[in-house]
Amino acid sequence: MISRRRKFEERFFKVLMLGSTVVVIGSLLVILGTVVVKSLPALRFSMLVQTPKGGYYLGKEGGILNAILGSLYLAGGATLLAVVLSLPVVLYLNLYAKKASAFATVARFALDVMWGIPSIVYGAFGFVVMMSLGLRASLLAGVITVALLEIPIMARAMDEVVRLVPRPLLDASVSLGATRFETAIKVAARQALPGIVTAVLIAFGRGIGDAASVLFTAGFTDNVPTSLLRPAATLPLAIFFQLGSPVLEVRERAYASAAILTLIVLAISLVSRVLVRKYGRHTIR
Amino acid sequence: MTLSSHIRIRDLSVSYGDQEVLKHVSLDIPDRKITVIIGPSGCGKTTLLKAMNRLLDSVEGARVSGTILVDDEDLYDPKAELTHIRKKMGLLSQKPQVLPMSIFDNIAFGPRIHGLRDKRRLSALVERELRAAGLFEEVKDRLHEPASRLSVGQQQRLCLARGLAVEPEIILGDEPTSALDPLSSRIVERRLIELKSDYTVIVVTHILRQARRIADYVAFLYLGELVEHGDAAEVLGSPRDPRTKAYVTGEIS
Repeated sequence: MISRRRKFEERFFKVLMLGSTVVVIGSLLVILGTVVVKSLPALRFSMLVQTPKGGYYLGKEGGILNAILGSLYLAGGATLLAVVLSLPVVLYLNLYAKKASAFATVARFALDVMWGIPSIVYGAFGFVVMMSLGLRASLLAGVITVALLEIPIMARAMDEVVRLVPRPLLDASVSLGATRFETAIKVAARQALPGIVTAVLIAFGRGIGDAASVLFTAGFTDNVPTSLLRPAATLPLAIFFQLGSPVLEVRERAYASAAILTLIVLAISLVSRVLVRKYGRHTIR
Repeated sequence: MTLSSHIRIRDLSVSYGDQEVLKHVSLDIPDRKITVIIGPSGCGKTTLLKAMNRLLDSVEGARVSGTILVDDEDLYDPKAELTHIRKKMGLLSQKPQVLPMSIFDNIAFGPRIHGLRDKRRLSALVERELRAAGLFEEVKDRLHEPASRLSVGQQQRLCLARGLAVEPEIILGDEPTSALDPLSSRIVERRLIELKSDYTVIVVTHILRQARRIADYVAFLYLGELVEHGDAAEVLGSPRDPRTKAYVTGEIS
């Protein structure tokens, strides 16, 4: 016979858990709802295909094409750079280095610390480097800074999956005469591919949505990005500037920018599920 | 019986950290015969097998002394080329380790990394190995499907076919049928017996009846020491050492 106290405990915590879930889902719905509702007046197809017109920064007419393309180029470039750096590190740590080697420990610790660095610090760092090199705000500076932001996120997520590749699988590959590199690329990376794809997309989502790291490094502009060495607009900063405008139409456009950004991140999430299904066919569970 | 031998193990000792797992093992493995290594769990049988294709290199803290000579080449010579050594030996693990790719690519993996690119020759090779493993009819319509969809018994036969595709000289089996159902076990055993005419086969097992079924030569390991070795009928039927006797009669296991 269960005591009254235990019965109460059970019911209490069930209610608490359900309540928390409702709050979380509710918050998401409220955020999405607010953004959608407030962006409706301003959300028009012309918004997506025009750059701002009629004034310095954020003109009264026109659209946010500058920020959409700027964000895609910047986050795309940064993510690419981050992959080129993260994947080899993770493969090395898991498949080449001895588990307890000093180098591996230091590398993992460095990544852990980098993970915790706030994005504004990356932005400030990027700014300092630019100043010392005599460069101005540019797409390239933004790409490099956001790549630094993304690397610890991507590397940690990749590390989690690559370290799960079972040793006997690696032994089997090596027993066929494969080199460590061949084993790393053709077997380990293949097995961990769904997780690797997810890691890349998580990092992309983080990178495209960050404002602090691009504020001083990528600058802002009304034009679509045409060169790596000129400033580029980004959606997070577009929202920031537009929201602070005295012009009502521009403020409304901020919500449209927010809606577009949210949509991009949602699309990435869906794309990741599709890709994981496609590339994870061969993964052994 | 004079047995020619191109694998000679000389004074091999292995320790993991402080623990001595193999103590001064010296053994000549006869050519083109099935040598079965038996012994109670923890006696070092798997370690001995892994020492043969230098898989111990990837085990942290493993120290190896002594040597293994294959065709008079010292496997543990610092200048020895690892992929060359490992290509000579095919490994069949206890739990089938299919690679995360299609059935076709699993078999083609070895030949491809060793340089074979020609599509027609690869197809022919894959078909040949699958037929020899008795798998071709079962999988011919789904060669490009993930290998992980096969049953465990089929996977193990695939792994054997994959190992044979790189044309090794020696086949190493680490309890190759422990994870399989009786029917698949019999199929794998029969295949190993067929293979001994062309390959030297070394199998580790804890199933004495399997040893009796397939062994030509038997080596008994106990607590890291090579206690007795010789002709299967002698070691299993009339062992000389009391420890061997205790093991084969089932007193210790």
